[in-house]
Amino acid sequence: MSTPLVIKNSTIDSSAVLSPQSDIDMARAPAMREAIKQALTTKPSRLVIDLSVVDYVDSSGIATLVEALKWTREANIALSLAGLRPRVKTLLEITKLSAMFTTRPTVEEACKA
Amino acid sequence: MEREPEISIRIFSDPHLLATVRCAIEGWSKCIGFQERSRALIALAIDEALTNVIRHGYGNQTNGMIWLHLWRSTEPRGLRIIIEDLGKVTDPSKIKGRELADVRPGGLGVHIIKETMNESVWEPRASGGMRLTLAKWLNAEELAASYPAPSNPEQPHS
Repeated sequence: MSTPLVIKNSTIDSSAVLSPQSDIDMARAPAMREAIKQALTTKPSRLVIDLSVVDYVDSSGIATLVEALKWTREANIALSLAGLRPRVKTLLEITKLSAMFTTRPTVEEACKA
Repeated sequence: MEREPEISIRIFSDPHLLATVRCAIEGWSKCIGFQERSRALIALAIDEALTNVIRHGYGNQTNGMIWLHLWRSTEPRGLRIIIEDLGKVTDPSKIKGRELADVRPGGLGVHIIKETMNESVWEPRASGGMRLTLAKWLNAEELAASYPAPSNPEQPHS
């Protein structure tokens, strides 16, 4: 059985930062989706999704990131993905979505981007 | 000649079991000689296949049955996996990934499976439900680094 997805929330300057603490698959994507929606209600200038400890994302997780992209564009909020691990990078490449997202090595850089 | 699978796993159609299956598949594919990137892709493909069964075959009901049968293949060297369920039957000609230029959530699972595996064949089962046959072969680097092939070549169930 998988454990529930824990997502840390923080604010750096005017950026909302979400840091999921484990894999994002079909079971856990709904929690990520809700956290993103909740973070956007605070109307940050930027949403940073910190994936530095996320080793695995499946198509459900990717779909959630695409939804985040859509919502942030509609709300004129910047979106950055930070700290992508190799497997997550590979998945974005396979799905030809790499170019759609702004990615940065660290949260700090993402908040300055 | 048919040969029994080396490993068979039966799970319920519960998304919370996917992480366990991923770990099992990765461990097994490591034993066969797949390197880390290939193992990750195999686990991803199986995860996507199971997600599709749960979502489309069983309509997110968590009490459906799913069977995974796994073989080590020798010609070409790699693995073969059959995933069977008793869920809704889908016309295989309608199972296709969406256009990737159309950026929207969902519809990526089939594309990922086809992109990551060497073979992927969907077909209805005679007794109901669907069967997906997947194969992944060792690449040249993995072949060179792996142990010699086993001496008892097998053919999976047809």
